[in-house]
Amino acid sequence: MDRETASSIGEDTQPEVKISVDRVFKIFGDRSDTAMRMVREGRGKEEIHAETGCTLGVNDASFDIHAGEIFVIMGLSGSGKSTLLRLINRLIEPTSGAIRVDGQDITKMSKRELIELRRRDMSMVFQSFALLPNLTVLENAAFGLEVAGVPAAERQAKALAALEGVGLGAYAASRPDQLSGGMKQRVGLARALASEPTVLLMDEAFSALDPLIRTEMQDELLRLQSEHSRTIIFVSHDLDEAMRIGDRIAIMQHGNVVQVGTPDEIVMNPANDYVRSFFRNVDVSNVFKAGDIARETQVTLIERKGVAVAAALERMRRHDREVAIVVGRDKRYHGMVSAESLAQAARAGEADPYHKAFLTEVEPIEAAEPLSNVMGRVAESRWPVPVVDERQRYVGSISKSALLMTLDRTTT
Amino acid sequence: MHFDLHIGEGANAVVNYILDHFTPALNFIATVIGFVTDTIKAALTGIPMPVAVIVIVALALWRVSWKFALFSLLALLVIVDMGLWERTMETLSLVLAATVIAIVVGIPLGIAMAKSRIVTVLVRPVLDLMQTMPAFVYLIPAAMFFGLGAVPGTIATVIFAMPPVVRLTNLGIRQVNGEFIEAGLAFGCTARQLLLKVQMPNALPSIMAGINQTIMLSLSMVVIASMIGAGGLGNIVLTGIQRLDVGTGFEGGLAVTVLAVILDRITQSLGQRNTAFSFGRFFGARANRGEVPSSATPPAKT
Ligand SMILES: Nc1ncnc2c1ncn2[C@@H]1O[C@H](COP(=O)(O)OP(=O)(O)OP(=O)(O)O)[C@@H](O)[C@H]1O
Ligand SMILES: [Mg+2]
Repeated sequence: MDRETASSIGEDTQPEVKISVDRVFKIFGDRSDTAMRMVREGRGKEEIHAETGCTLGVNDASFDIHAGEIFVIMGLSGSGKSTLLRLINRLIEPTSGAIRVDGQDITKMSKRELIELRRRDMSMVFQSFALLPNLTVLENAAFGLEVAGVPAAERQAKALAALEGVGLGAYAASRPDQLSGGMKQRVGLARALASEPTVLLMDEAFSALDPLIRTEMQDELLRLQSEHSRTIIFVSHDLDEAMRIGDRIAIMQHGNVVQVGTPDEIVMNPANDYVRSFFRNVDVSNVFKAGDIARETQVTLIERKGVAVAAALERMRRHDREVAIVVGRDKRYHGMVSAESLAQAARAGEADPYHKAFLTEVEPIEAAEPLSNVMGRVAESRWPVPVVDERQRYVGSISKSALLMTLDRTTT
Repeated sequence: MHFDLHIGEGANAVVNYILDHFTPALNFIATVIGFVTDTIKAALTGIPMPVAVIVIVALALWRVSWKFALFSLLALLVIVDMGLWERTMETLSLVLAATVIAIVVGIPLGIAMAKSRIVTVLVRPVLDLMQTMPAFVYLIPAAMFFGLGAVPGTIATVIFAMPPVVRLTNLGIRQVNGEFIEAGLAFGCTARQLLLKVQMPNALPSIMAGINQTIMLSLSMVVIASMIGAGGLGNIVLTGIQRLDVGTGFEGGLAVTVLAVILDRITQSLGQRNTAFSFGRFFGARANRGEVPSSATPPAKT
């Protein structure tokens, strides 16, 4: 039942694929041929390491990254996140497989083409910032442009604009060691954005910052993303961060990509215990939206001319429900009635019994509302609370028991 | 059983072979090194003593501290008082010539070692040999190849003093933070750009430490180089030894020590970014920009 609700969210048009990772393997070590053969025979990471001394960094990864999304790669330490990220700009050479960026297989690119790709399309932000200490902040921000041979005046203007974009225009002449951690990483961001790449690779970019600054930087990233949408691949070992900023998340375990999906999909359908173990201590009410736990378990009455109220009451009696949702033929939400209010309206001989019977205290909830915002209303309401989508169509309702079950399931 | 590999005879044969067949190459090397030593020597001995003293004291003040500047001033005046100024400048020029040559050869060699495992494997034993082989052993072939004078003296000094700058260049480049390298590559550096924009600037403190050691080792060769006519303070020390004149020998040795201390402190300070004196910030900002080769030989240029 979970799967249906999850997949019914946001399935609009087919998203444009920006990067496609296709059966990619990475084996570290000198005997990668032997190791690769063992991988194909289906032997495990430990066994391969014991026999060949090689480490299986990434094992048969296949997934697509969509244009303009923030794609988070998550997993425990040593699970292969950084390796996977570096395969995308070939800082690490894949052992086998194809990685296509805009349809072009980068594993087949020459050195020159690869350098062009890195200068034009991709840039990177590092965990410990990796600002060059011998350069000023401005020179650091201009580094990518300088390497690409952009004339001095132009690159300084662009770098300054990028610095201003992250609020550090005033620090252009400073040295990196004069800045705080958060400011350094803003410079790291400015350096990455100055060349206007379409793809941004970020390896634990905010992990070295303290929690407050970290949230601030996440917001900064989301703000920059809203101004100018780029494809961002973000490595994190922190589920909270992943859920907060990720449009989709890939979860890695021992070099395998065990699950790819939206935060909701992953919370609701964890692929295995490893994935499940990540949200032991996450506050799910921030992760779930009202639409995620709304269920179509209530009786729905379709409002049509000339349909007898008696039939509606009969259906409610048979399903043993005290209330029912009244919708239009287009599934648009009209209101909620109780058996009592409907019977009363019918007895009074109203021309439009449904409307007279609507329970005025019941207000529908938007499906996109975070669960944390509506928990109070659900808890206080006498009836299950109806949930509607952005076009006012009824998607289901949340009962108190459903709410309790959701909260309970994720805290155990 | 006794095997005789005739190693000594082999070495003789090699030296003779080189003498017979490589005269033009030897002459070329002699010309280049002769030019470097002569130029530096002419420059240093050409500077009037008071100017030279002021420049050295000013450097000490700017880069180290006023206490050290005062020490330098007094120590240099002692040298002048002993009548050894000329000889000291000769020795300084020998040291600087050897250092310049060691840098010009040694830094590229160190870079090559950092980049290639094969070069490392080949060069490392040669460096060990250069440092451990007693200097007297190659003094004689050097004199045979290049005659007596400053040129073989410089060459012998370079052989002994070059290994640190090679080793520390190699080490410095290898030790550059991996994330800096990744950043360089991720932003599209070519191998050359990576070397010039990322690796060399970050290896600079290590390279400067190598240059400092090379200078110190050059100074320790002063007496030995004098034996084949390199001149300078070494001659004073040798004279003292020959005449069993402890006083003369001590004066020569003291001058070498003074030179060593001053060169050591000043070159060490060049490896660091900050200057000792706040009014020096102005000069410091300028000096920090083009650091590598120019700051390695500051006294020669002034
Ligand atoms: N250059 C390398 N040579 C050999 N093994 C490597 C190399 N780089 C990574 N590995 C191995 O590959 C595996 C994945 O490493 P990776 O750095 O991708 O993990 P990660 O998920 O980024 O971990 P962390 O959260 O600690 O950064 C690890 O077992 C690691 O030891
Ligand atoms: Mg990592």
